[in-house]
Amino acid sequence: MKRPTEWFIERWILFNGIFSIAAVGLIFFFLTKEGFNLFKHYPLKDFLSGRQWYPISEPPKFGILPLILGSFWVTAGATLIAVPLGVASALFIAEVAKGWIKEYLKVGVEILAAIPSVVLGFVGLVTLVPMVKQMFHIPTGLTALSGAIMLAFMAMPTVVSIVEDALTAVPRSYREGSIAMGATQWQTIYRITVPAAGSGIVAGVMLGIGRVIGETMAVMMITGNAAVIPHTLLQPVRTMTATIASEMGETVQGSDHYFSLFAIGIVLFVITFIINLAADFFLHRKK
Amino acid sequence: MVEQQSSVVSRQSSERNVKINVGNLNVYFGAIHALRNISLEVYKNEILAAIGPANSGKTTFLRCLNRMNDLQPNFRVEGKVLLDGKNVYDTAVDVPFLRRRVGVVFATPTPLPMSVFENIAYGPRRLGTGKRSILEKIVERSLKKAALWDEVKNRLRDSALKLSGGQQQRLCLARALAVEPEVILYDEPCSGLDPISTAKIEETMFELQKDYTQILVTNNTKQAARVSERTAFFLMGELVEIGLTDKIFTAPQDQRTEDYITGRFG
Repeated sequence: MKRPTEWFIERWILFNGIFSIAAVGLIFFFLTKEGFNLFKHYPLKDFLSGRQWYPISEPPKFGILPLILGSFWVTAGATLIAVPLGVASALFIAEVAKGWIKEYLKVGVEILAAIPSVVLGFVGLVTLVPMVKQMFHIPTGLTALSGAIMLAFMAMPTVVSIVEDALTAVPRSYREGSIAMGATQWQTIYRITVPAAGSGIVAGVMLGIGRVIGETMAVMMITGNAAVIPHTLLQPVRTMTATIASEMGETVQGSDHYFSLFAIGIVLFVITFIINLAADFFLHRKK
Repeated sequence: MVEQQSSVVSRQSSERNVKINVGNLNVYFGAIHALRNISLEVYKNEILAAIGPANSGKTTFLRCLNRMNDLQPNFRVEGKVLLDGKNVYDTAVDVPFLRRRVGVVFATPTPLPMSVFENIAYGPRRLGTGKRSILEKIVERSLKKAALWDEVKNRLRDSALKLSGGQQQRLCLARALAVEPEVILYDEPCSGLDPISTAKIEETMFELQKDYTQILVTNNTKQAARVSERTAFFLMGELVEIGLTDKIFTAPQDQRTEDYITGRFG
């Protein structure tokens, strides 16, 4: 016979577990229900591959290809910047830095993670945007590149902390075995530690990408918000998240425009879900 | 009998080549004084055992000889460790090259997460040997020296992590041999092994004696008695006594040595 407190705690944990899972399920259900209303009047194919996003013209056009590409460019750019920087920082913190430098760097990365995205967006708006404009002699600095650089800073802490954990988890015996055979520190890092931490590093990168794709505030402020198909990183773009955030307030509830924003939400959800799933796969893969 | 032996020792020490000469070695980890004024000589081609209870400093001593302690935070060393007359703690020393000359087998088997072949080829590869045919020769020769070849010759592509504990430990020995060291350090190499695997390692040590200088740190006094020519007894960071193994085990000069080998403490 179990004690009453044990019984109560077990039920309480069970309830909380079920509740959080149910919440996710309900959100997904609501998103799908609202989003699919759009496809009653508007074909799914045109929605995904349409090149024009004119939600309030007559007739309205709900082609989200420019938005997908906008998200893609910003994310790809941010990833290209954040991954080398983040992995290198993690390597430095985990393998090279010692004593107080290591501690300061770790705290620094945590502080970077703690900066609210709106603040980063604001700082980017007044510093980075004019810089980009001047550097490339373009009419506006509100470009995909500005967004990518700013988002790289947001993805970095995620990448650094997960990659650093993965590197620290590599058994010391691997390093010592390598060093004892006359390998240099760099050879040990490159040949032993990084391959051994490989799945964790990929997972860190994936979660960093997930963070960037879902980011809204900073991109809305500094990418220019023009829903056109971008050809270079130096053009204004609009991401899926920024579209939802900026248009949700002004649409009529129950209209096709309203439903189309939910449909964008589904697309975003699916993409993030796949990325997280991939990260999870790499994180838990056994050697 | 005892006198005869000690005369043998003195004659030997004057005649035999000194491979390693340690003088007034002091080691600190932060505020901890881990080794106190250690001075001893290791002769070429001998097997020297270092015994002593936990925290006696024997492993720290061993790790000084190829500068593995450099990896520890707050490590500080004073005194000299001469390898063939040259101080290994000189700033000009190429440390990876030193570690190639002075190989080590750790207490627990530490195969790298790769195939048996790659584990042994790893060291030579890092030194610039890329040719497959040469690597294959090195792998075969090293495995034969470590008495492992017959057991794994058909499993070279398998992960080294799949070998048994004893096999893994001999793999680590083969790995150390692959870079052609002059000295091999053993840090309690048989602490996790069954008696048969232990016997194999010990046999291998005898086999290797003609080509290598070997230093064995062990918690197992019987193993020291079986394997070594000379034995050094460490206690609380000090070298209490060093001499011919027979003498240490039959007529130790220090009371503390006698207490330890007769099992009164430790």
